[in-house]
Parts: sequence; structure tokens; C-alpha cells
Amino acid sequence: MADKSSSNAYWAANIRIITISMVIWFVASFGLGILLRPMLSGIAVGGTDLGFWFAQQGSILVFLGLIFFYAWKMNKVDAEHGVDE
Amino acid sequence: MDQYTLNLLVVGASFALYIGIAIWARASTTAEFYTAGRGVHPVLNGMATAADWMSAASFISLAGLIAAVGYGNSSFLMGWTGGYVLLALLLAPYLRKFGKYTVPQFIGDRFYSQKARMVAVVSLIVISVTYVIGQMTGAGVAFSRFLEVESSTGLYIASAVVFIYAVLGGMKGITYTQVAQYIVLITAYTIPAVFISLQLTGNPIPGLGLFSTHTESGLPLLTKLDQIVRELGFAQYTTLNTSMFNMFLFTLSLMIGTAGLPHVIIRFFTVPKVSDARWSAGWALVFIALLYLSAPAVGAMARLNIIATIYPQGTQSEAVLYEERPDWMRNWEVTGLLKFEDKNGDGRIQFYNDKNDAFAATATERGWAGNEFSYNNDILVLANPEIAQLPGWVIALIAAGGLAAALSTAAGLLLAISSAISHDVIKDYLNPNISEKGELLAARISMAGAIALATYLGLNPPGFAAQTVALAFGLAAATIFPALMMGIFSKRINAMGATLGMLTGLLLTCAYLFTYLGVFFIPGTNMLDNVAANYIFGIPPASFGPIGALANFAVAYLVSNATEEPPAHIQELVESIRVPKGAGGATGH
Repeated sequence: MADKSSSNAYWAANIRIITISMVIWFVASFGLGILLRPMLSGIAVGGTDLGFWFAQQGSILVFLGLIFFYAWKMNKVDAEHGVDE
Repeated sequence: MDQYTLNLLVVGASFALYIGIAIWARASTTAEFYTAGRGVHPVLNGMATAADWMSAASFISLAGLIAAVGYGNSSFLMGWTGGYVLLALLLAPYLRKFGKYTVPQFIGDRFYSQKARMVAVVSLIVISVTYVIGQMTGAGVAFSRFLEVESSTGLYIASAVVFIYAVLGGMKGITYTQVAQYIVLITAYTIPAVFISLQLTGNPIPGLGLFSTHTESGLPLLTKLDQIVRELGFAQYTTLNTSMFNMFLFTLSLMIGTAGLPHVIIRFFTVPKVSDARWSAGWALVFIALLYLSAPAVGAMARLNIIATIYPQGTQSEAVLYEERPDWMRNWEVTGLLKFEDKNGDGRIQFYNDKNDAFAATATERGWAGNEFSYNNDILVLANPEIAQLPGWVIALIAAGGLAAALSTAAGLLLAISSAISHDVIKDYLNPNISEKGELLAARISMAGAIALATYLGLNPPGFAAQTVALAFGLAAATIFPALMMGIFSKRINAMGATLGMLTGLLLTCAYLFTYLGVFFIPGTNMLDNVAANYIFGIPPASFGPIGALANFAVAYLVSNATEEPPAHIQELVESIRVPKGAGGATGH
């Protein structure tokens, strides 16, 4: 296993990426899909508004993007810190 | 060829395929039985996870649930997919690095406590057994509708097929049959969805069709739907008709619950590396999204089609004569899932919302004496090909798809149950000296026992089957998810904290649900009526998961900080699961 300080830096980097991802996760679903929908009701999307689209399609697409981004980014971070497999 | 023969052929062929795979993928070691030898390609594991996750509820009920309520039930879409972000970022890679066989085993090792492990085993069994009842009854219903056998006979056939591949192949057999089942179910779901989207909007992709123009009226499809449901006194489709707080909490509850379901988590133990676990979660969501992006379109379009069938000249004109109703209605009336009652004796099928007081005057004016037509939400998917007048082989595919969805999820649940019994209880608690061969035999016997129990519960479904789903998600959110997350992200949580935290989550969730839904869901034993006015802070029982999780986190944190730090070797264990390096070595092959 890598030495302690490098593994601490690795973990801090991981936590940072997770935090950013979780903010996006929250905004795309709970934010745009639920809480912010009334504010964004002026933006029309196919017979309804942006919030409806996020609740039924957009949030799922954002989740997909997030998981692949995380897998790709962490592979790079693993290699940078010498903890890859 | 008649429809019955066609159904029999397609379903029979799919079953033959599953059994063929079972014979090819026999398990010869416990590592193969519990984790498919950790040799599953991440894309294939993604496909298997998608089938494992998408149950009879996703395949048969999801579209109908969304169609019934509209925007408000988007919770199911966001909740059941958003949980995968939590899984991929917070749990799967680290649990794969830990490299053992079961979820309770991680909890027991990380919190160096047999008590914690047994609390996890109890939660796992309650979650998975309640979940499996729905799958078995779903399989029985699909059999009785499409193959015209008694639903009990159908259940025996389904159990026998699962028995063959789950007992022989364990996780290895289950994984590869789930891959085949995924292909069957997604094909069955997508083909009718594409045709219906084409018929209504000219767009072949249902998720895009939902936001396109309704060809016949020239209006956007959702505007058209809003208009006709309003004209029949129903709540508007695209608006929120409950409270924002409820929708928020219910979505969160489904997300955390999804991430804490043991039968989904153990799928990530089967891939070779930590990075594979990360990719695999992404692939799982790709394959899930193929169905989940179509489901809201299937729901909205089916609702539009049903209303158009009943009011062929538009909702402002006369309803269709009962004698002239289409064949699909006749077929489904036989099953009791669709009902007609001519209340005003005019021979026509008036379908409207008679619970809406503001609409009552309009109804009286038109000579209506109450709603005459009702349907079970499940037929939106099951009858979809018939409503859209698609060929017979598509109907047969729906039958095979529904069965694939129910069987694949049942098998995953059964493996979670049997591995907890043979590995956590027998191998590591009752008889630690059991040989590899003895444990494999114990695993097969546990599997057979779990199948027998599931079959029994499927034959005699407790009257409360529908409500137990709330229990499964609530407990997964309140016990398993917080324990796993704290085990990975905190070095400070100790045995006492984790055990008391899980117990708090478990008991609090049960107490809250039993208060409104009855003790063990027995009707009449509830202390308060299950109505919004009685809820504490307005929290419905089905949305209690996040509150239970919060209580678990808080108790674990406070108790751990008031007691001793975990020993050094546990802190090292946490260090080691946080880095991917060395995952291959831990598997021992």
C-alpha cells in the first residue's frame, strides 16, 4: 500500500470529487425537478416546463453522466497517487 | 397460430434458455456460489444488476403508477435511479475492495461485533423476504393471464426454474441468467413503447415522443393529455397535486433505500477490480435508464390511448357503446383488472372523476350517474400491445418480459437471503469449522429453503403485501445504508455506536410504520389512522426512511464519541478499503 501521507491526500481528493458530484446530484433531482420547478415554470419544454422534463428525463441523464464522470476521474486520481490496481 | 400457443412458445423458449445457462454456469466453489468467482465483466454485471434491480414493480407497475398521478409520481423515476449515484460514489467501490461475500460480513468485520452482524442479518432477511413476496405473486399473475394456468401452477413452474439455476449455479448461474433476462425484458418493454410513440407522435424514441407534438391534434402531447384529463374532472397531469415536501421526502426515501438494498449491493462483489465496480454502476444505470426513460412515456401515452378508446370522438362527445368496446377490453375484463358498470343505464362507458365536487355539475348535465369504468394500473403495460393493436408476438414478449423481470429479481433476493444464512449465520457463527464443501452444501440447502419459503408466501400472500414494500425501503434506508456509509467514511464509529445506531433505525422505522399500518401490518392493530392529519410533522409512513437513517447516524455518532475509539487494526482496515490497490489479492485466486 502507498505511504500514509499520499493516501491521506488521495482520500481528500476523493472526498472533494464526491462532494462536487453530490451537489450536482441534488440540484438535478431535488432542485430542478422538485424545489425550483415553480421558479423555472417560464421555461417551456414540449407542452410543459423544464422542471417536469428534469423530473422525468433530465435527472436520470445527469445521474448517468455523474457516475461515468466519477469512474473516469477516480481512475486518473488513483494513478496520480499510485494507488491504482 | 393463436395467441395462447405463441405465448407458450416464447415463454417456453426463454425458460429453456435460462436452464441452458444454468447447466453451463454451475458453481463449484463458495466463491463462485457467492460472488460468481469475481470474474464478471463490468458491462455484463451492469446488465445483470439492471435485471436484478428491475422487478415486476418496475416492469409492470412503474408506467401505470406515473400515469395515474402524472408529475407527482416522478419520485419513482428519480428515486429508483438516483440511488445508483449513492451506490457508485459512496458504497460499491469500497465494499468491492473489502472483498468478502456478504453485506452483514462487512458490518461484522468493520465494527468487530457479532451483534452488529446479527442486526444486519435480521434487517437483510426482513428486507429481502418482504421484497420477494411481490416477485412471486407477480410471476403468478403473469402466468395466469398469459398462459391460462392457475396462478398457483404458474408459481410452481416459476419456482422450479429458479430452483434449477439458483441452487446449481448460485451467484454465477444467477448472474448469467440475469443477463439473458435483461435482454428479454428490455426488448419486451421497448418494442411496444416505440410503436406507440410512433403512432401518437411520429417519434420512434418514447422519451422524446413524450415531449413532442401529438400528431392527431397538433398540440404538444402533454398539453393534449392535460386538456383531456381536465375535461373529465381529473387532476391536471403535469402539475404537482400533493405537497412539495411529500414529493421531496418520498424521493429521498426511495434513493437511500435503493442504495441500501443488499441484493443490489452484492452484485458489485462479482467484478474483478475496484475500478470495475465504479464503471459497472454506470453500466447498470445505462441499462436501467433504457427502461426508466421510456416508462413515463409509456404511462402518459397509454393514458391518452385509454381515454381516446372510450371517447372516440373526443371527451366532449358521447362515450363508446359497451357493445362496441374493443377486443382488448373484453380480454382484460375476464381477468377482473378492468371493470365496467352501467350506472345510468345508457349502454355507454362513461369514464370520469366522480370524486371531484367541482366537476359534479358538468357530469349531471351530461346525464352521468357516476364513473362506470375502472382499471388496475398494471394493465397499462400488460395490455399496451393490445391497445396499440400490435401483432401477437409482441404480446407474447410482454409475457416473457414480465416473467423475466420477476424471476431475475427473485433470484437476486434469494441469493442475498441464502448467503446471509449459510455464510453469516452457519459458517461464521454456528459452525466456524465447516469445510469449504460443507459450506457450499449449506449454501445450496439455504437457497432451496429460501425458495420454498418464497413459494409458500407467493401462494399465501399476506394481505399486506403492497405495504411491505415501504418496510423494505424504509429498513434498507434506516439500517443497512447508514451502517455501510459510516463504516467507510468514519474511522471513529465503533462497535457500540454502530450496533445501537442500527437498532435505533430498525426499531424506530418499524414503530412508525406499525403505528399507521398495523402491528406487522395486521389490519385493525394500528394505533392511529393512516391519514395525513395524524402524521408526525406530516411525514407519511412510506417516506420515513430518511428519518430512520438520520436517527441511525445521530445515535451512532453520539455513542461512538462517548465511548472508546475502535482498535488500531480496525482503523487500518478502513484505510485499506479506501484505496483500490490490492483488491485482486484479497479475492484469493
